[in-house]
Amino acid sequence: MQEFLASLVSVAFHGLAYGMILYVISVGLSVTMGLMGFVNLAHGVFAMAGGYVMLSAMNSFGVPFPLALAAAFIAVALASMVLERLLYARLYTAGELEQVLFTIGLIFMSVAVARLAYGPLPQPVHLPEYLKGQLHFLGRDFPAYRVFLIVFSVSIVGLLWFGVERTRWGAMVRAAVDFRAMAQAVGINTSRLFALTFALGSGLAALGGALGADIIAIQPTYPFEHLVYFLIVVAVGGLGSLRGPFVAALLIGVADTACKYWVPEFGAFFIFFATIAVLLWRPEGLFGKEAA
Amino acid sequence: MSAALETRRLCKSFGALTVAEQIDFRLEPGARHALIGPNGAGKTTFVNMLTGRLAPTSGQILIGDEDITTLGQVARVKRGLGRTFQINTLFRNVSVVDNVAFAVAEREGVAWSMFRPASAYRDVLEESMALLDTLGLAADARLAVAGLPYGKQRLVEIAIALGLKPRVLLLDEPAAGVPTMESHRILEVLDALPKDIAILIIEHDMDLVFRFAQRITVLTQGAVLFEGTPAEIAADKHVREVYLGERHV
Amino acid sequence: MTHAGGYVADSRIRAIEWLPWVLAVICFFAAPTYVPLGSYVLTMIIFALSLDLILGYGGIITLGHSAYFGAGAYAAGIFAARVTGEPLLGLLVGTLAAGLLGLITGLIILRTRGLALLMLTLAITSLCLEVANKATDWTGGADGLGGFKVQPILGLFKFDFLGKTAYLYCLVVLFLCWWLVRRLVYSPFGASLTGVRENNVRMHAVGAPVYQRLVISYTISAAMAGLGGALLTQTTQFVGLKVLGFELSGELMVMLILGGVGRIYGAFVGPLAYLVAQDYLAKQFPEYWYFGIGAMLVLVVMFARGGILGIIDALIARVRSRPS
Repeated sequence: MQEFLASLVSVAFHGLAYGMILYVISVGLSVTMGLMGFVNLAHGVFAMAGGYVMLSAMNSFGVPFPLALAAAFIAVALASMVLERLLYARLYTAGELEQVLFTIGLIFMSVAVARLAYGPLPQPVHLPEYLKGQLHFLGRDFPAYRVFLIVFSVSIVGLLWFGVERTRWGAMVRAAVDFRAMAQAVGINTSRLFALTFALGSGLAALGGALGADIIAIQPTYPFEHLVYFLIVVAVGGLGSLRGPFVAALLIGVADTACKYWVPEFGAFFIFFATIAVLLWRPEGLFGKEAA
Repeated sequence: MSAALETRRLCKSFGALTVAEQIDFRLEPGARHALIGPNGAGKTTFVNMLTGRLAPTSGQILIGDEDITTLGQVARVKRGLGRTFQINTLFRNVSVVDNVAFAVAEREGVAWSMFRPASAYRDVLEESMALLDTLGLAADARLAVAGLPYGKQRLVEIAIALGLKPRVLLLDEPAAGVPTMESHRILEVLDALPKDIAILIIEHDMDLVFRFAQRITVLTQGAVLFEGTPAEIAADKHVREVYLGERHV
Repeated sequence: MTHAGGYVADSRIRAIEWLPWVLAVICFFAAPTYVPLGSYVLTMIIFALSLDLILGYGGIITLGHSAYFGAGAYAAGIFAARVTGEPLLGLLVGTLAAGLLGLITGLIILRTRGLALLMLTLAITSLCLEVANKATDWTGGADGLGGFKVQPILGLFKFDFLGKTAYLYCLVVLFLCWWLVRRLVYSPFGASLTGVRENNVRMHAVGAPVYQRLVISYTISAAMAGLGGALLTQTTQFVGLKVLGFELSGELMVMLILGGVGRIYGAFVGPLAYLVAQDYLAKQFPEYWYFGIGAMLVLVVMFARGGILGIIDALIARVRSRPS
């Protein structure tokens, strides 16, 4: 019994850490898909890029961890803004197929670039000393890095939610998600709003990719391999919502960890079954808007 | 004699919002009937309930003597209910004649055929061409719809519905977006429609309504305000206040 | 109009439509060293044709068509390993297995549209991949399934070292698939699929049972993909997890887009151009190859939505319109 309880706590903890990373990476995807109606399969590219930026900064230039993290966010946010203005923006009114193809093309290109620059193997992660040990509380040991990861993600999520609920930018985003034409009609500069939101979403993905580099290995196949999970978080949670993907990410993080711990022979079955079931029950996702 | 299309105490509400309230409505066989009302009066909701895109909260819908309230859209089409759309809803990258032929083929029940070429069904093609001819679209038959001028696209809207040989035809603002200069062409087409089709037209263009309809129903706030002949409608003070007045101020 | 079919289209086979077959036979004799690559190209053309049927005609955007290719490949492999190596029976088993999977999944997922549908196709492929990965007793898991013997076709034609039998075998199967797809596309059924792609709402309004049509076409497409998968298994005498991967679905999409969607021969030109180029370039510069494919996809979407055949059409139109 004692042992079961211990593994229960462990699964919940690791699942929580994984779920938070999934959320930080995917939330930008939810907002851009809900706001711009854009099927962006290449979202994982930004997460991978974030991971590479942080690890290169740390491994090659000896930049301290917090600075490297910030660099990942800023570099990817800026790069994505350029990408959005040059390419994405032209396809906002295009069909789903065009968007899907275009973003698959981006994935192919980024995979190739990553392999050219870094080779096919996962990048080594050297955590700073202060995140290496164990933290002791509630009568148990927890790896410090994962504790940091959870706390840091929670504060990011808190900031994000505050931003969307309380700031002018947030109000505009919410208005534009609900009534795009209306938002344009009342004079909201949607193209600037889109660019900023897209950059923020990509930056968050980069942050998530960098933070989670020790959990989800940074390697060239990253955008292909983990795409399913990012999309599941968004589709199950509901497009354009902040809370939906949060719930979905935590559920998936915990469920996936639990399955792999207790019934490894079933692998990821449960996740895919659950996804299919949810989408059949509510095609617009758990917290999505009902289609009008 | 039973009506071509009838609703009995038809209601629809979304939560606390009632958008259709106890609508009793009869469309006689061969009727030329117009449904008018200010924006938000519930016309679109009413049409969507008739065609089966929206389920009513309570009440009945009948075609002839048959209760179709619970039937789906496709089953209603099979019972002779055709419709056009306020916003062009066409097969844009397909030729005009194919637009009509798709409808004819569904009516004839040949659209499941997998191994004979479609062009072997001469009767489908000939019927579609004949239909286009009556609407003055024969010359455009082989062009893609997307390339037609807007006014002609509105006619294709009607042509597709006619390809179903409906007993009841719902025309949802057939002249929407067509300049007044050209709307006479739409009216000509409407006037020439077979007399045995019962037609319900939803329209904002009052000139068109008064020239075309023999009966008019006025809908406001989800309920029938008044029903009568065009002359009665024009004379009714209440209607003028609520609807005609509002539009002509 | 670029798509084939409809009630005014002339469905007779034009002379130029024999060209691919003539070329295929010439290649067989003229370039014997390329015969194994040729078999693979022919197999992928079958796979691309199956996708064209639902994507180009039905308008269903799927990221998971490899589920059916893989189902056929594994069914044929397991059948050969456990029951008999008789190839035609194996093809039948692969086709039926994939068709059944297509019917069941189609019934479930085609009720949805848009992002949900896209996700469901992806989830189903992921699920199939996971099954193949975990059911190691049957599939060999990550090591793949091999070591089975494929008997001579009809007891007469042995699969040889040079892959000549395999090539002709693939060519015959492709010919049958082409004939079937061509029939379907020019039929009223094919026309109604075009209608669904062009305007779902209107198709309902003219009384078409849209859902049933999509399920049937999805099933046919899945069965044909499975046939392709079974062919691959038999001609290479091996099945690996790759046949179920998202990357294969992606690559297939690229090939079809490259050739031209919704026009039968796009499914011929695309895989040929893609795989031949890959054979030349990918071995020498694998990274540049993937980059090139990605860049090409982006460019096609931005500038040439009709693919190679679309570009050829445009060029012909320009030459014709030039005053002489």
